[in-house]
Amino acid sequence: MWRRIYRWLDERYQLQALVEFMSHKYVPMHRHTIWYYFGGVSLFLFLVQVTTGILLLMYYRVGEDASYESVRFIMSQVRFGWLIRSIHSWGANLMILTVFIHMFSVYFTRAYRKPRELTWVSGFLLLVLALFFGFTGYLLPWNQLAFFATRVGTEIVGSVPAIGHELVRILRGGEEVSGATLARFFGLHVALLPGIFTILLTLHLLFIQRQGIAEPESWAGRPESEKRRMPFFPNFLLRDLLLWLIVLNVLAFLAVFYPWELGPKADPFAPAPPGIKPEWYFLFMYQTLKILPAKVFFLEGEFVGVLFFTLGGLLWMTVPFWEGRLGKYRNEIAHLIGWIVLVYIATMTLWGFRS
Amino acid sequence: MRGVTRRSFIDWLLGLGIVGWISSVLYPIIQYIIPPRVPEARLSAVKVGKVDDFEPNSGRVVRFGNEPVLLIRTEFGDFKAFTATCTHLACIVQYRPDWKLIWCACHNGRFDLNGINIAGPPPRPLEPLKVVVRGDDVYVTREA
Ligand code: HEM
Ligand code: FES
Repeated sequence: MWRRIYRWLDERYQLQALVEFMSHKYVPMHRHTIWYYFGGVSLFLFLVQVTTGILLLMYYRVGEDASYESVRFIMSQVRFGWLIRSIHSWGANLMILTVFIHMFSVYFTRAYRKPRELTWVSGFLLLVLALFFGFTGYLLPWNQLAFFATRVGTEIVGSVPAIGHELVRILRGGEEVSGATLARFFGLHVALLPGIFTILLTLHLLFIQRQGIAEPESWAGRPESEKRRMPFFPNFLLRDLLLWLIVLNVLAFLAVFYPWELGPKADPFAPAPPGIKPEWYFLFMYQTLKILPAKVFFLEGEFVGVLFFTLGGLLWMTVPFWEGRLGKYRNEIAHLIGWIVLVYIATMTLWGFRS
Repeated sequence: MRGVTRRSFIDWLLGLGIVGWISSVLYPIIQYIIPPRVPEARLSAVKVGKVDDFEPNSGRVVRFGNEPVLLIRTEFGDFKAFTATCTHLACIVQYRPDWKLIWCACHNGRFDLNGINIAGPPPRPLEPLKVVVRGDDVYVTREA
């Protein structure tokens, strides 16, 4: 039966060539192989987000008087609504975490070097987009925590000299965080961001397809017989699928035993409750802003922070283009920079949690 | 004009055309996403309640048009009002009866009862508004 379907398709679409092609792709095997899985897991989590996101769309409504109520409806009335929403929320957090891990593993194995510069750049942009997904999605349930986190988050942009105020108005769709903000964030979250993300992701994967997976530098000059490889198809793919199954189980476990809370509805005329903090993936930036003085020279402290992370992000994104000029100790220097960035993000995040 | 061939002239025209085309698409889009300024009705005075609705040494956030305003009744019984939007990062402030101060829970900013920023990150004082008591009714107005 399967054979016949396969033959029917093969006759028309030459599947054999594809199988041939895939069985010639190899994944290098060495003690860092484990890190190769994080890209695949991130991809899987994105697919989970798209699926659960589309399901949420069937009941979610946008508006100051509708959003909170519709999310509460999803959680209390819709069968398995609580599960879908919880998976979407947990999935967002796990996805951002795995993308971070994926990025640092690429950095430390120096797989961003020629010829993979653009794979690195597209990957970095995907991380930035994932952060935007998180920021815009967070507001959508229109609960109190999200309302104030968005007020604070958008207000930071107001520190940009001259055009700051206008930028905040564009972000919020008006002077205040209101139903207009909700409408904007909704459009970004479910239409614009998924579109751009999908295009970039396709490019990212095409680049990888074309070039194959980077081999560790220590392999250069080794005889072929000493290089251990695993065929991408079916070995690596099957392991990947197994891992996806495990990740799905982790997600289900988190969603069932730690269901995502909704909290009270946003009230633009009530004082902010204590403990307003952004999601953990913004904490390192937030904590940096908090420890900056109100004025640095003649600039607002927040703006200096914004500038610092914009420039830092640009340098990080363009690593493959300037790292080659570091000279004799480029490996050591690049390694050191990676650790500084990683330790900085980790300490600031922890500090942000505790304060 | 030496150095300008017919070819480079056409390239130049083409480039100009593309730039013109892109900007004629982008310009309306950018204008579109800037929210229009809705003229705010100049609020003269808003009635926020009766004198007896407010206990001495307490505060409440009330609506002043689209704006949240913190109305405080001090322990001595007089009224004060300030815009409730924190001058740091726009959280909404509250009155702390235990400290007899205005407090912002977001980053622990504090203001005294004249709205002056006295501790924490807020860089500027809160804008004061005027409270008028007429008979039994409490009104908030923006000082002209
Ligand atoms: C095509 C893709 C997506 C669609 C259609 C979609 C749709 C939605 C909808 C309708 C909501 C509001 C319902 C709710 O709040 O429970 C929402 C919330 C949210 N989304 Fe998405 N989403 C997508 C992808 C993503 C991605 C990739 C991320 C993160 C990386 C993400 C992160 C979030 C977050 C953090 C929330 C708030 C969850 C909550 O507190 O309820 N979404 N999304
Ligand atoms: S927003 Fe009030 S102290 Fe930061």
